[in-house]
Amino acid sequence: MNLSLRSSSVLDGTTHVDLATSTVRELNGALHALKPDTNETLWKIANPRGLHAIAAGLDLPVSVEIDGPVGYYCGGMNKQARIIIEGTAGVGVAENMMSGLVHVKGDASQAAGATGNGGLLIIDGNASARCGISMKGIDIVVKGSVGHLSAFMGQAGTLTVLGDAGEALGDSLYEAKLFVRGTVAGLGADCVEKEMRDEHKALLASKLEAAGILGEVDISEFRRYGSSRTLYHFHVDNVSSY
Amino acid sequence: MCGIVGLFLKDPKLEPQLGSLLSGMLDVMCDRGPDSAGFAVYGAGNHGFVKLTLRGPDGMDFAALASQLGHAIVPRGTHAVLSVPAAEEGLVRAALAGLAPEVRVVGTGARMELYKEVGLPIEVARRFKLESMSGTHAIGHTRMATESAVTTDGAHPFSTGPDQCLVHNGSLSNHAGVRRRLAREGVNVDTENDSEVAAAYLTYRMRSGDTLGEALEHSLSDLDGFYTFVVGTESGFGVLRDPIACKPAVMAETDAYVAFGSEYRALAGLPGIETARVFEPEPAKVYFWDRAA
Repeated sequence: MNLSLRSSSVLDGTTHVDLATSTVRELNGALHALKPDTNETLWKIANPRGLHAIAAGLDLPVSVEIDGPVGYYCGGMNKQARIIIEGTAGVGVAENMMSGLVHVKGDASQAAGATGNGGLLIIDGNASARCGISMKGIDIVVKGSVGHLSAFMGQAGTLTVLGDAGEALGDSLYEAKLFVRGTVAGLGADCVEKEMRDEHKALLASKLEAAGILGEVDISEFRRYGSSRTLYHFHVDNVSSY
Repeated sequence: MCGIVGLFLKDPKLEPQLGSLLSGMLDVMCDRGPDSAGFAVYGAGNHGFVKLTLRGPDGMDFAALASQLGHAIVPRGTHAVLSVPAAEEGLVRAALAGLAPEVRVVGTGARMELYKEVGLPIEVARRFKLESMSGTHAIGHTRMATESAVTTDGAHPFSTGPDQCLVHNGSLSNHAGVRRRLAREGVNVDTENDSEVAAAYLTYRMRSGDTLGEALEHSLSDLDGFYTFVVGTESGFGVLRDPIACKPAVMAETDAYVAFGSEYRALAGLPGIETARVFEPEPAKVYFWDRAA
């Protein structure tokens, strides 16, 4: 299959792709075909119109700037790339990200950053349900609020929420660290509020700095939530359940 | 999977474009439901008259039926809209059952017309010339069948009361129980489809005095399963997602309209979408808009 882009133009070192005339498959094929020494390090994508899987599976330190709302799984599995979305994002933005940056300038739908292993996901607006579900090392900073069941079964990484969190935050949590500035509608099973010691404030500060908002928010306003570790360790009282 | 769309116009200037806008939304949602499609359009009404949307077999001679009944019929493919004085609806229905038992009444109301058929949604929309329809609001559905067979009867929207219709993405787990309860209340559900039970439930609630908003509120405790509903009434348009919010939903609001889509893609072609307020309806929260309010 020929995945070459039918219509792209390179101006001042920037590659322009219009998804009104090229397909997502062509765009992603071209991005996947880039060599490590490529000079095409800045891509500007027009007319995304909520299409799915835009800029998924990248593995080079290139920048992809998308001018509008994207559909499902944008920036999925991202490694190294910097992906900026000038609009809202559909389900599973940056799902299973390994490294790099995905920045959503609007709201994100459900399961943002799901199963992410690394990298930074910044959401300027709200994220709906299951933000950071099964997160494994990703850092997520949400400037608005998150919906129910966020950080469900989160294993590692951080979820920082400047607004509020919905029901069952951190349900069945492992070792992901959760920081919420606003109210929490309810904590999930085995998730508890924990003391905010200096090392946690330093950790939170480093995440706010990465998101470019250190100094804009008061770290003392955040509460920390984590696992009480009663669910995932073997306990002899539960032996009949196994 | 299924795709659902809805469009409620606030700006009367857009009314002539209602059908073409909804047709574009349905086209994009073919990916989510290629089995069958349907839509309900709230167009012009004629005071004192009721519109019966009829569905006949292929090649049905609606003109002959019109002259037999002595009432105007506007045919559209396998469907046709029969306008009769509201006081004569019962008589006409009885006459219709005698003259053409193969014809079904799929929807009634002062303003609602309802069309649905098996086939790729964009082709279904073309067959009924949806793009030429005008009105104040409309809802549509593209179906990927899960709980019952791919038949025209199983396609959405479902209408179980005058000017009321519902489209559903999801599946209900307690529809058999609700069906029995409705039967005891004298509310009949024609098909084996779980979504029709939801439509009938809302009809039952509104018949008992609920507003659309109250009926949707009650369904949160009485309907179990996963669902995103979009519901139309003569003057209103409502949206409800189950508390877990299994099924996707995105909405856009401008001064000119409120639009619903299973995915943003369905909204991408609407006028002024670039500056619309785009939001995801929250789980277990009733949204509705009413022209009368």
